[in-house]
Amino acid sequence: MIRSHIMLCSGTGCVASGCHSVSDAIEAEIKAVGLENEVKVVHTGCFGLCALGPIMIIYPEGSFYAEVKPEDCKEIVDEHLLKGRIVRRLLYHETVGDDDTITCLSKTGFYSKQLRVALRLCGVIDPEVIDEYIGFDGYQALGKVLTEMKQEEVIDLLKKSGLRGRGGAGFPTGLKWEFAAKAKGDQKYVCCNADEGDPGAFMDRSILEGDPHAVIEAMTIAGYAVGADQGYVYVRAEYPIAVKRLALAIEQAKEYGLLGKNIFDTGFDFDLEIRLGAGAFVCGEETALLTSIEGNRGEPRPRPPFPAVKGLFGCPTVLNNVETYANIPQIILKGPEWFSSMGTETSKGTKVFALGGNVTNIGLVEIPMGTTLREIVEDIGGGIPNGKKFKAAQTGGPSGGCIPEAHFDVPIDFENLSAIGSMMGSGGLIVMDEDSCMVDIAKFFLSFTVDESCGKCTPCRVGTKRLYELLDKITSGKGEMSDFDQLDKLCHHIITSSLCALGQTAPNPVLSTLTFFKDEYLAHIVDKKCPAGVCKDLLEYFIIEEKCVGCTICARACPVSCIDGKVKVPHVIDQSRCIKCGVCKEKCKFDAIIIQ
Amino acid sequence: MKSLAELAAIRDKMKQNATIREDGEKAIRIVVGMATCGIAAGARPVLNAITAELAKENINHVTVAQTGCIGRCTLEPIIDVIVPGEEPVTYVHVTPDKIPKIISSHIVNDIPVIEYTVAAYDN
Repeated sequence: MIRSHIMLCSGTGCVASGCHSVSDAIEAEIKAVGLENEVKVVHTGCFGLCALGPIMIIYPEGSFYAEVKPEDCKEIVDEHLLKGRIVRRLLYHETVGDDDTITCLSKTGFYSKQLRVALRLCGVIDPEVIDEYIGFDGYQALGKVLTEMKQEEVIDLLKKSGLRGRGGAGFPTGLKWEFAAKAKGDQKYVCCNADEGDPGAFMDRSILEGDPHAVIEAMTIAGYAVGADQGYVYVRAEYPIAVKRLALAIEQAKEYGLLGKNIFDTGFDFDLEIRLGAGAFVCGEETALLTSIEGNRGEPRPRPPFPAVKGLFGCPTVLNNVETYANIPQIILKGPEWFSSMGTETSKGTKVFALGGNVTNIGLVEIPMGTTLREIVEDIGGGIPNGKKFKAAQTGGPSGGCIPEAHFDVPIDFENLSAIGSMMGSGGLIVMDEDSCMVDIAKFFLSFTVDESCGKCTPCRVGTKRLYELLDKITSGKGEMSDFDQLDKLCHHIITSSLCALGQTAPNPVLSTLTFFKDEYLAHIVDKKCPAGVCKDLLEYFIIEEKCVGCTICARACPVSCIDGKVKVPHVIDQSRCIKCGVCKEKCKFDAIIIQ
Repeated sequence: MKSLAELAAIRDKMKQNATIREDGEKAIRIVVGMATCGIAAGARPVLNAITAELAKENINHVTVAQTGCIGRCTLEPIIDVIVPGEEPVTYVHVTPDKIPKIISSHIVNDIPVIEYTVAAYDN
């Protein structure tokens, strides 16, 4: 009889930190002491605290072990499983109080302000076993929809819930379904956008890895609501674990008759296939994505007609993002009022963010809409590490903007983020400390859009390149005051004349940094200085004579031999030959080298 | 699968297994002494008997946990039944055959089995 469950995270983050070898070790130890009939190891999706992987939670105690290594497994089995003594040294430090009492995970800073709806089962079930999903009310919503509800009732319910697309633009999901349902056509399709391209965003991947059946169930519900019998999930091939688990989930759903012909004996047919993308950013744009599914080169086309009217293969198509779908089964089961009770006036429910950058708790967080950036960064994220100061947060990836501390208390929702020049995007949230140069950040995102522009329209193909060149000019110390006007004009031209959202939003990182961090641009252009000390061309390394003891370490470490000086005599850097690699500063034991 | 009943059957079966994963603070706790003395006296078959009996009776609101030595090694196997809001009840010299009675009386009907308790032993 099973008395204990070991939940071992098998999301991409923990796989990368070595959960497979931990899994082998723990299974072997359990076998060695003969507990295999008492203890069950469950491989789950992402818990969210990816920086602490491999993560292991042991129930019924709910002990949260972080950074578990294979050699720790013997101790865990001997002490915890055999004798019931929790291995304190491996516990996540936030679950151990000052008085040495152990609190449950849901009370820690990282989890207590979160509200998990889309991530409900990530870390709770084994995504490779369909029964586990069913055990947590899986496919009940589909059953209810097919046996009790009319098509228009499903759409009305979604409209009432206030759910908006989680992929970026925030279009009301119910309305989108209604357009597709009302569009004329013998054949309709349901598609899922799992082409998550924002650098640093991985919420869709985690949902597919941790709870793939939720997406399958929601797509089937969409199929019923709009009258489609075929669905496609477009997922990037760079997500091998997500693809594998989704494929397995589809197979299991077919075996159970939850996909295929005559589902629940209601005469409704729905089938689902996976289409792999090659990782082009533009294929996250809906018309480019559909073009790619059709087998053509992934390029956008003008809208209207919108996909709901004329989408895949020219047929009416519903296309939603993974996270949007993951919300739907619960909205059906718990009702639209439950969903709309969370969030703000215009943005209901929750949003998942991939928290990254200069923040202590790097990982995946789901918060009710209306939570402030300060709560996310300070309470959930655990603040900025190494005592540094917060400078800006970047949301929406290459399409979003940088939010300065002045807007730290803005409640996050679709409208508020747009109002301050950023956007929700798919939910990447990159925190930057005082050591980040905002001009350099804008340049980084532009280099990404230059690479990823599909080239179909000129404003995006050429405009982003020119924008990048202007930023490069500024960061290399050749900027002029007239570049300000140029940047501003060019940004607005690109926004107004690009074909798709990739180009229309590409200047956002530039515009928002121009608005909020103009002084940094000025420092680069007028003073030829980079205040954060990032832009190499504007830096000079100096040796402080009083501090230098003449140990010669820097001179020996310098790859271009540009440091001169005798033993026990202060050294000097030859600025004309210095390549600003920073090795000398790193090696100096006396803090005698500074950047100016 | 062609009916909601089939789906419900799988769900109910799985639910029973998965309640262990909830942070059940309100739940009744049965704590089994599993130090060396407890294990030597036969705590492991007792632990297994508890989980098996709970599953058999379809009781989901009980957490079965282990603990170390509480000091009275001669009385092992010892189990504590902790009902929220009540004094913990300690049973001593527990054997697997005493488990069904403890579960049906104490857990289900909230009547401790006095004759198995440490109080009865000490008297």
